[in-house]
Amino acid sequence: MPGIEDLYREIILDHYRTPRNRGELQPPAISSEGHNPLCGDDIRIYLDVADGVVRDVKFSGQGCSISQSSTSMMTVAIKGKTVVEVGAFVRRFKHMMTLADNDEPVDESINLGDIEALQGVVKFPVRIKCATLGWNTLLEALTEASK
Amino acid sequence: MAGANTAFDAAVIRRDFPVLAQQIEGKPLVYLDSANTSQKPNIVIDTMAKFMRESYAPINRSAYTLAANATELFESARNSVAKFINANSSQEIVFTKNATEALNLLVNSWGRANLKTGDVVLLTHMEHHANIVPWQMLQQERGIELRWVPLTSDYQLDLTSLETLLSGVKVFSFTSMSNVLGTINPVEKLCAAAHAAGAIAIVDACQSVPHTHTDVRALGADFVTFSSHKMCGPSGLGVLWGRKELLEAMPPFLGGGNMISDVRLDGFTCAELPAKFEAGTPPIAEVVGLGAAVEFLSGVGMADIRQHEIAMSSYVLDLLTTRFGDDITIHGPRNPELRGATFSFAFRGIHPHDLSQVLDQSNVCVRAGHHCAKPLMKIIGANATARASFYLYNTTADADALADALDSASDIF
Ligand SMILES: Cc1ncc(COP(=O)(O)O)c(C=O)c1O
Repeated sequence: MPGIEDLYREIILDHYRTPRNRGELQPPAISSEGHNPLCGDDIRIYLDVADGVVRDVKFSGQGCSISQSSTSMMTVAIKGKTVVEVGAFVRRFKHMMTLADNDEPVDESINLGDIEALQGVVKFPVRIKCATLGWNTLLEALTEASK
Repeated sequence: MAGANTAFDAAVIRRDFPVLAQQIEGKPLVYLDSANTSQKPNIVIDTMAKFMRESYAPINRSAYTLAANATELFESARNSVAKFINANSSQEIVFTKNATEALNLLVNSWGRANLKTGDVVLLTHMEHHANIVPWQMLQQERGIELRWVPLTSDYQLDLTSLETLLSGVKVFSFTSMSNVLGTINPVEKLCAAAHAAGAIAIVDACQSVPHTHTDVRALGADFVTFSSHKMCGPSGLGVLWGRKELLEAMPPFLGGGNMISDVRLDGFTCAELPAKFEAGTPPIAEVVGLGAAVEFLSGVGMADIRQHEIAMSSYVLDLLTTRFGDDITIHGPRNPELRGATFSFAFRGIHPHDLSQVLDQSNVCVRAGHHCAKPLMKIIGANATARASFYLYNTTADADALADALDSASDIF
């Protein structure tokens, strides 16, 4: 059995206890909702995109330490990035989570920073869905924003 | 921990379950997820293995001795199941894939034949998705109306307006025991109320048949559904019991082999019960395994199992509330007589997923999530809960291990 400390790293617990960018954005910011059908968790991502740049991002909803901290760290990482950069960043993250789509190139040189701490989740396969919930919801919000 | 019969000893029964005998990293397995699915005793494993080694053959189809013997073992298991729930005849026992399929069978066969736009089906707020979604599917197709019996603040069905709710209802379909709250419903009373209102009564008995003596005739139900895998039998097998005259009047559900007496280019004639509802090759070894499971449960004694679970409920409720006080919220009745030994809870604000992950470090297996009852979860105001459920093989040591493991979870968060 892999050790629990691989999962609950200090930085993860820190973002869980004190989530960053929690809250809502009013329209014209767009939002998307994601559900984890296994556990009933849900997350909403609010995105303010202008001129191809993520100006602001917030999230609301309920979830476990992994989904909440992963989403919190994600919001910190993507704020200020261009939509293109965010796309590459998400692919890099999903690659680390062993979920990359083979058709899409992954730029291994992208530094995930604190988010690397989520690598331990891979040893607990049922929790990968928790770690990626916010990210998949972000992708939906980005699609919505590009409409 | 024994009930009226002092011969009942969960610690001894536990030894019959090989999964529970193993140690993981030097610590015993504390299996508290039997409301989800139960472990299997040696007699079930051995009976199925022996059947597959020595007797496996098609049933109902071939004249040779091997097949005739397999058919006899298969039908004798059906007899055991009929006896176990006191059915009038083994013709009233229909084997399905699981309880979910049994409920879908009822909605699609009885429902389609008897319900039209505007007809009302009464359900309750504590149903499993298996007793909600098939009705909602028929609602989308037919425009039937769904009504709901609400809950009281102490997690019982609120029956104060039952008569009004039942007026004009064609079907009252409800769970005998909540798989989330542990609440045991007054099945006989509900069946009688349904009949008084001119409705039929369907009982989702998934959570009660494994745990307490079931007499379908005494319940007064029209249909009862349950799953083999929750009652020490194999997965892949469910049971529908129905009153013979109702089953006979219903159209078939799935079509194919075994369910016909004749097929011509211009149509078909159905087989007699229960084959009419058993299209295709059934789970043969699984049915034989369920036969062994009900013999095993009868041997232990269903009344003793119920007594044991009442005693376990008292112990668990006492233990968790004295040890954790306001730090734990148990979503379910406090009276052990009114509940099964299934406990959904919230603990110190720790998300159930995280909780079950940490408990796993102590080999304590609990389920975290919405337990396939999302409408109920919303009503009790939780997105998810952790759920510990006890069965005939669980002892007070399992409850103690749960409490110790809960303490260690607080250290992390
Ligand atoms: C009350 C209740 N009804 C129906 C079901 C569905 O059983 P199955 O998944 O075996 O079809 C369950 C099992 O989780 C249950 O607890």
